[in-house]
Amino acid sequence: MAERFDVIVVGAGMAGNAAAYTLAKGGLKVLQIERGETPGSKNVQGAILYADAIEKIIPDFRDDAPLERHLIEQRVWVMDDASYVGTHYRSEDFNKPPYNRYTIIRVHFDQWFNKKAREAGVLTICETTVTDLLIEGGKVVGVRTDRQGGEVRADAVILADGVNSRLAVKAGFQPEIKPENVALAVKEIHFLPQETIEARFNIGEEEGVAIEMAGKISAGMMGTGFLYTNKESITLGVGCMLSDFKQQKISPYELLDRMKTHPSIAPLIAGSEMKEYAAHLIPEGGYNAIPQVYGDGWMIAGDAGQFVNGIHREGSNLAMTTGMLAAQTLVELRAADKPFSAANLAEYKKKLDDSFVMKDLKKYRRMPEIFHKNKQFFTTYPDLLSRAAQTLIRVDGVDKKTKEKEIKKSFIASRSLFGLIGDAFKFWRAVE
Amino acid sequence: MHSVVCIKQVPDSAQIRVHPVTNTIMRQGVPAIINPYDLFALEEALRLKDKFGGTVTVVTMGPPMAEAALRKCLSFGADDAILVSDRAFAGSDTLATSYALSAVIRKIMEDMPVDLIFTGKQTIDGDTAQVGPGIAKRLDYQLLTYVSRIVDVDTAKKEIQVERRAEGGVQLLETSLPCLITMLEGTNEMRFGDLDDLFRAARHELKVWDRVAAGIDTVEMIGLKGSPTVVSKVFAPKPRSKRAELIESHDSDPKNLAEAALAKLFTQHPNLEQEIAKRAV
Repeated sequence: MAERFDVIVVGAGMAGNAAAYTLAKGGLKVLQIERGETPGSKNVQGAILYADAIEKIIPDFRDDAPLERHLIEQRVWVMDDASYVGTHYRSEDFNKPPYNRYTIIRVHFDQWFNKKAREAGVLTICETTVTDLLIEGGKVVGVRTDRQGGEVRADAVILADGVNSRLAVKAGFQPEIKPENVALAVKEIHFLPQETIEARFNIGEEEGVAIEMAGKISAGMMGTGFLYTNKESITLGVGCMLSDFKQQKISPYELLDRMKTHPSIAPLIAGSEMKEYAAHLIPEGGYNAIPQVYGDGWMIAGDAGQFVNGIHREGSNLAMTTGMLAAQTLVELRAADKPFSAANLAEYKKKLDDSFVMKDLKKYRRMPEIFHKNKQFFTTYPDLLSRAAQTLIRVDGVDKKTKEKEIKKSFIASRSLFGLIGDAFKFWRAVE
Repeated sequence: MHSVVCIKQVPDSAQIRVHPVTNTIMRQGVPAIINPYDLFALEEALRLKDKFGGTVTVVTMGPPMAEAALRKCLSFGADDAILVSDRAFAGSDTLATSYALSAVIRKIMEDMPVDLIFTGKQTIDGDTAQVGPGIAKRLDYQLLTYVSRIVDVDTAKKEIQVERRAEGGVQLLETSLPCLITMLEGTNEMRFGDLDDLFRAARHELKVWDRVAAGIDTVEMIGLKGSPTVVSKVFAPKPRSKRAELIESHDSDPKNLAEAALAKLFTQHPNLEQEIAKRAV
């Protein structure tokens, strides 16, 4: 292909669309290549949209973006096999526009986001896989695709090709992704009448609830579950580390099936019709797993660069932000008439370090390892918590002091005093 | 050689169900696709273009969202695409649709003569197989339905030879151009377009024709007015068989397993045991 572009963006997910849009708005000539049939068709997310990140890119996104419900209530459940101990936070403050968090359905949202990018001037082509980066003298000068006549040249390439970036591995920019650095999440979308959802969750029209679940829902593996309310459907899913699935020999759909029969969850989805099943990898390696994210003529954004904050279940906002920052770097360099060399693209890393992206990831850098090595957080503690709650709540003639002693004893019996103190210390170190 | 391919954007019928209570079609979340039979027609037209040169124009009548289907056809290699879209067409049955499409094709012919019109053998949502023949009749074109192979085209003599699947065999037919062909499924495999085609498809200025642009003066023959077909009732047929039942047994001895299965069978069909016993004698 003779036609040249300023930048080629690989992928039309959150990072790719954010990058392509920002580049086009900055006056650069952009080609975006997506492997799926339409933007979003390959993308899987819970999904919750954090307004802040998209607002920085498209301030008036609320006018026409396909949003499901804004969240007014957040529940966190620690579960054993028959119960949950949880906190619910619901506030009327979340009901005041502009809203902060929304449930979305990615295939709709991504198509909208991509339409915005195309309106800004991006040329998007779908059903085309980038098979290789064209590298000349150590510099990325374009891409090769699986289509005939499929080589296209550009001054820079942004890899926003998602978790397990084959391109980055093939080009030697990052090693193969490790099973212990990636979670496998499965989810289902269950359709229910809008009124039923609103009655079951005690919410009004357009209001939504998110439930994050930890504990035995992951069958002792490092992972969590979730349930989100959409307009006319409920998304629920569970994700655990790939290495744990491998070791425990539990298949992901079994875990999800088990989750659906949990007495606290089953009534919420009763009578629904399952319409969609999806599975996807999530980067969970955190700060320490982030590869080199730029070089001569290339940058990595989004999941491809492992930009996911597993502890806070944030990913798409990091993807959008990294995509935007990568694009801004190029726009600024072009305005200053500077080449897209590695030395100049180092500005991208600086922008990342100055943003919440790297600050947050750095803060939790010890978390993945601690959870890997301490499975009691997913097995023993949920049981103990549930038992403690039940001991306190059940009125049975036993005095409260004895009850407290019993609870204390049960904790020490399961974990020993040193174990408990150690766990608390580890946890504190990880989030400190 | 100028081929016009008529396509339709349809809901993916594999994912559609009828609501058990209201008997209405549940379209929620069902993706729109190009009628699969039409893709065989398009590929056949593209192959003729590869061989003899010329132009492939794709036409569809439908709502604005059908643009996606046309762009896809362009990305496969079609040269031009026309979206025939107007509220006046809403509710058209096969009679009205073939009227509208034949008017559109007449309009196309004003710019460039048409040698071949292609359609799929039928759509997967209506299943009537009437629109193709309807267009041929209205344009007074030769009609070749259920074509499984284009054997040869003699561009000098303006003749075409095709194989047509008929009951009990394959017919070898020959006729003069122009003509209309409805393509059978499984006759070819859709190509994977070039990168150039994709770029062109993404940038192509789609033609959108309303009723007037299509050269239709009155609304008498189109839309609900031009459609004598009445859908009096929609219902889902009762499933013929009940769901299969899984007979669980935790015995490892095959004899015991077989006996357990037989016992279950006999409780469902009490006469069967006597019947077998009778025949065994």
